Amino acid sequence: MTIRLTIQAASFMLMLCTTAMVFLWVPTDAVLGISQRIFYLHVPLAWVGFLAFGIVFISSIAFLWRGAQRWDDLAHASAEIGVIFMSLLLVTGVLWAKASWQVWWTWSPQLTTSLILWLVYIAYLMLRSYGPIGQQGARYAAVLGIIGFVDVPIVYMAAQWWRDVHPEAVIGPLAEEGSLETSMYFTFLVSLLSFTALFTTLLMARFALHSDKRKLDHLRRQYEP
Amino acid sequence: MRFPGGPITTILWKDLILELRTREVILPVVVFAYLVIVVFNFAIEPRPALVIAVAPGVLWLAFTFASTLALSRTFALEKETGSIEGLLMAPVDPDKLYLAKLLGNVTFLLTVEALTLPLFSALFNLPLFLPELWLLMILSTFGLAAVGTVFSAMAINTHAREILLPVLFFPIIVPVIIAAVEATGAILQGEPWSVYGRWLGLTAAFDAIYLVIGAVTFGYVLKQ
Repeated sequence: MTIRLTIQAASFMLMLCTTAMVFLWVPTDAVLGISQRIFYLHVPLAWVGFLAFGIVFISSIAFLWRGAQRWDDLAHASAEIGVIFMSLLLVTGVLWAKASWQVWWTWSPQLTTSLILWLVYIAYLMLRSYGPIGQQGARYAAVLGIIGFVDVPIVYMAAQWWRDVHPEAVIGPLAEEGSLETSMYFTFLVSLLSFTALFTTLLMARFALHSDKRKLDHLRRQYEP
Repeated sequence: MRFPGGPITTILWKDLILELRTREVILPVVVFAYLVIVVFNFAIEPRPALVIAVAPGVLWLAFTFASTLALSRTFALEKETGSIEGLLMAPVDPDKLYLAKLLGNVTFLLTVEALTLPLFSALFNLPLFLPELWLLMILSTFGLAAVGTVFSAMAINTHAREILLPVLFFPIIVPVIIAAVEATGAILQGEPWSVYGRWLGLTAAFDAIYLVIGAVTFGYVLKQ
């Protein structure tokens, strides 16, 4: 319980710091202007989204291999939070693209992969809701968790070659990532840390909720006639 | 009657005989694929300048939509007649059952595609005898079936299965669709192998990866 409280408090403080740093402290980018500040939210969201789906993948394998319920709970919790962060990633991405590239959307490999990944894990949550209850539903979800994550590098590769065929001169902010100033780099690192802490907080809460729900169901089945 | 050979050929033979007698998959799906292609001709006016640009997309959308319908029937007959329990209790390894069902689906889908291609080629005024395109169709169909066979086994036990199968299926097969459309475009324009060879390679890699994943996970999907 104390660990959970500590992480909760830490992610709250870190989020406050990040907000202050992004909006008050860090200098405005000379080339990209004020819109570049979304970078400090956008990239950590991408990292946390992929981390969440990576956890789904690993817990799915562990669940099929070992059969322990906690792996299934972890995969479910991680997928739910991953979808939320992925949705925010797409929203911030669209806003930033409009501000800096003058289009809402471009089929760059990163954008394509994120969108497909988002759709895969929405399907994952749908399978959780519409699929069979209990062990069989958990196994279905685990199989999709594996199939979906393995697809990521293939989609990325296909999207990259696909863009080669339709070359579009897009000067991406990601291209200048290497040339970040020290204060910008520091803000980015703090933001990355605070989003990871937020993810951990949410994941622990959601995981606890799923396992409590399972225990309650178990008790109810035991005492109900 | 027991068909000579292992369990894979026995199950495959059973499915082919069933399809010959009931005609529940290939004919209706071919009609559906025809309709998709005809409707697309109204949606996008196929002027000669446009044809090369849109034809690959139309062809592969028709194939993809048609394959969802065909794949959803993978276990439908067994489920309806209750013979699925017998199939699951039979002393057959799940990976062999997967291979048998996969080969059945590939056969059905390739038949549908072979019957759809002449209409497509006539309506869009495009050449038909392109062995490269046939190779691409075989590879892509294998990829669609490798993923679709697993998902259709899941979908028979879910609510809203008609909706869930495409929702699961489409995002995963995006690389196959991209590769198939790009390669078909290059083949129709008469480009050399070096232009579209990598797309065939990507599809082959997709097939191999999902063949392994499908064979390994199929047992977990079927477990009651």
